[in-house]
Amino acid sequence: MSAIRRSLLAPWRLFLLGVLLAGSAGAQTVTVYSARNEQLIKPLFDAYTQETGTQIQILTDKEGPLLERLKAEGAKTPADVLITVDAGNLWQASQMGLLRSIKSPVLNANIPANLRDPKGEWYGLSVRARTIIYNKKAVNPANLSTYEALAGPEWKGKLCLRTSKKVYNQSLVATMIATLGEKQTEQVVRGWVANLATEVFPDDNALIKAVAAGQCEVGIVNTYYLARQLEKDPNLPVGLFWANQKARGVHVNISGAGVTRHAPNAVGGQKLIEWLSAGKAQEIYTDKDFEYPANPQIKPDSIISQWGAFRMDLINVSRAGELQAAATRLMDRAGYR
Amino acid sequence: MRRQVTIWNWRGWGPVRALAIAALTLIPLLVVLASFLEPQPEAWSHLAVYVLPGVLWNTGILIVGVGLGVLLVGVPLAWLTAVCDFPGRQFFSWSLMLPLAMPAYVLAFVQVGLLDFTGPVQSTLREWFGSSQWFPPIRSTGGVVLVLTLAFYPYVYLLARNAFITQGLRAVEAAQALGYTRAQAFWKVALPMARPWIAGGMTLALMETLADFGSVSIFSFDTFTTAIYKAWFSLFNLPVASQLASLLVLFVLVLAAVDQRLRQNRRYAAKNFSPVRIRLQGGARWGASVYCGVVLAMAFVVPFIQLVVWAHTVWQEDFDGRYPVFLLHSMWLAGLAATTVTVLGLLLSAIRQHHRDALTQWFVRLATLGYAIPGTVLAVGVFIPVAWLDNQLITVAGWLGWDTSQILKGSMLVMLLALSARFLAVAYQPIDAAMQRITRNQGNAARSLGLSPRQVLFRLQLPMVRGGLLTAALIVFVDVMKEMPITLMTRPFGWDTLAVRVFEMTSEGMWDRAALPSLAIVLAGLLPVILLVRKSESGLH
Repeated sequence: MSAIRRSLLAPWRLFLLGVLLAGSAGAQTVTVYSARNEQLIKPLFDAYTQETGTQIQILTDKEGPLLERLKAEGAKTPADVLITVDAGNLWQASQMGLLRSIKSPVLNANIPANLRDPKGEWYGLSVRARTIIYNKKAVNPANLSTYEALAGPEWKGKLCLRTSKKVYNQSLVATMIATLGEKQTEQVVRGWVANLATEVFPDDNALIKAVAAGQCEVGIVNTYYLARQLEKDPNLPVGLFWANQKARGVHVNISGAGVTRHAPNAVGGQKLIEWLSAGKAQEIYTDKDFEYPANPQIKPDSIISQWGAFRMDLINVSRAGELQAAATRLMDRAGYR
Repeated sequence: MRRQVTIWNWRGWGPVRALAIAALTLIPLLVVLASFLEPQPEAWSHLAVYVLPGVLWNTGILIVGVGLGVLLVGVPLAWLTAVCDFPGRQFFSWSLMLPLAMPAYVLAFVQVGLLDFTGPVQSTLREWFGSSQWFPPIRSTGGVVLVLTLAFYPYVYLLARNAFITQGLRAVEAAQALGYTRAQAFWKVALPMARPWIAGGMTLALMETLADFGSVSIFSFDTFTTAIYKAWFSLFNLPVASQLASLLVLFVLVLAAVDQRLRQNRRYAAKNFSPVRIRLQGGARWGASVYCGVVLAMAFVVPFIQLVVWAHTVWQEDFDGRYPVFLLHSMWLAGLAATTVTVLGLLLSAIRQHHRDALTQWFVRLATLGYAIPGTVLAVGVFIPVAWLDNQLITVAGWLGWDTSQILKGSMLVMLLALSARFLAVAYQPIDAAMQRITRNQGNAARSLGLSPRQVLFRLQLPMVRGGLLTAALIVFVDVMKEMPITLMTRPFGWDTLAVRVFEMTSEGMWDRAALPSLAIVLAGLLPVILLVRKSESGLH
């Protein structure tokens, strides 16, 4: 009961007495603002605390509010580390001057150059590949090739897409702009829209179900969503096809982290990110969450290893952030909702 | 003569008093308005051509559709359960409030999950008939209107029922004595007399519709609020997002002003209880039961069962010792917020009653605008001034040798003030509707007997608006439990609630795992609903 009372009164006490976790715990605590949700990130932090004794405070929210929060708090922020689930928002945080450049030989060795910020302000920790899925009963994978080919007339009424408001699609289109140019990309996107079997979906899970049920034959999703559904139902009639293998490779985004510019415990923040980039942490990313490890020395888990190795687009993921607004405007013009 | 002078002086304070409360909303609003200091012509020209025409059309349709929908569902249900008698009336009179406890985004997700192509309904139809092509698509304009109507009709139902219980039947009897038929009596007397309540409920439903993002995005239905978030999250342009949000607020302000003008010269003073009900006969008897039953099933029973099924599948994996704490946090926060906001709503309404000058009226209107601002935008509008003030305090604390990184941030006080900014309208509408029942003569009589304004509040107004206060507290309680953006932004580290849990799960599309906290929100919301029903039935009969 007293634990309950303490819990309810905690916020009042914070206010009235100023008994502050951040203040009192000092250098032993690392404070993290995370857009990666708690149940995905907490197992990692628990392991870190166990190993090092360092306590971690988490505050989760969407990326937009977290960035505004950091900006408003300015030099007095309690946050040491910012974690997001896409490169675009890390790029934006860097643009807003919210992150600091860190010189870390560990991170430079563990994380390939295309998955981190050229200025060293943020680092990818897991890779999220976005590729083509198909209904096994309706589609011969030999007929699949590239994202661009899905704009062709043979897929009319057979394609399912997630909403253009999701950052994963914005970064896919952004990297297409980087390689194909605006004009050609817009043609492709218009072709996709013309081929849609139904309204765009609010999330990848619903899209995978629609492909499985035969509402459409092909779609584009992040692989870990499919892995999660296959874990529950191994007989799901949905196959995965690695797109664009003959040329630039599959589009990847990252979930990643950076140390904040005004971090009270920048050293602790950097250590945490370094720890996340290797060994056990990288295994948790892939074993529990079915994402691909950003560190190439770690091998993926069994469910996702059935899809084999793939060639990934080596364009630096920061380009996705740079071109995100342009990609959004392009999709608006093409009528891709 | 001396007394007159004092009264005048007191009256002169109206705008100041109203402003003191309105400041809670006005400060974040000014932060949002400050975005106009950074003109964004490029982004605007893009939005004006490719985004705004579509979303304005959609938003217009949604307002008309949901507005009509909540009227057509809420008013008849309120009338039936308040003044008629039919099988199951007592059960329906309280159970029809239950959908209030169901977050709109949860209802949307469940209904889409059930009725979309891949859902169980269409899958079964395909098994039986080979095709489900003819089945109306749920992810359509009609689907959004239907689901939002089901989610928001309780506002109209609750407020209209309050009106009908206290006056409905007497009004009909009086009209019938004057030669009207019962139907004419309903249309010409009872319904117009309930107008402030119905309008208040509809205002809440429409403001929530305008600010909604979660539900419409499940339908991929783009509204004005979708455009606001697109500007912020996709174009990384918060100034444009804030400018769009300002326009939304302006629109609501115009609507409020028009509504007030329409109601300006009417008085709604009546308060009569009647223990006798209209006994429905024949087909109407069962028709009423079926209508109530269908609405209840679609808005609550079916989604509730779906939540239970999902919660059952993830129970063992997800339930842990933290859940009782989440529940406790949610109820504690909702209880404190309901108390705070109801008191503020009462004060605001009392101020408006005493001060009829234009300035006071405008401040009152401004104070209730927080409900129409998309939640995340309001949360940032609240956080920016708090963080600024905090940074000044931290500097001062530093001089005094106290090294800290937050003083106001992450405190209950800021959480409550921020939630008040959002939910003041929710408390104000039912209280003010009840307040309009008190005749000016009653007020004048009380004042001429030498009662001070404070005594008028405690001895006359408070007892007479009790029903409105309970309704206000209930809706705020339930709304705060469902609220996400402000709770996320202002909570202390590690101080998570059920709504925060829902956010964690849904942010990765894990809707079945969000069932557990959602179900807990619904169950916790039942307590005050049942309490309210008990009170209103016993106190008013």
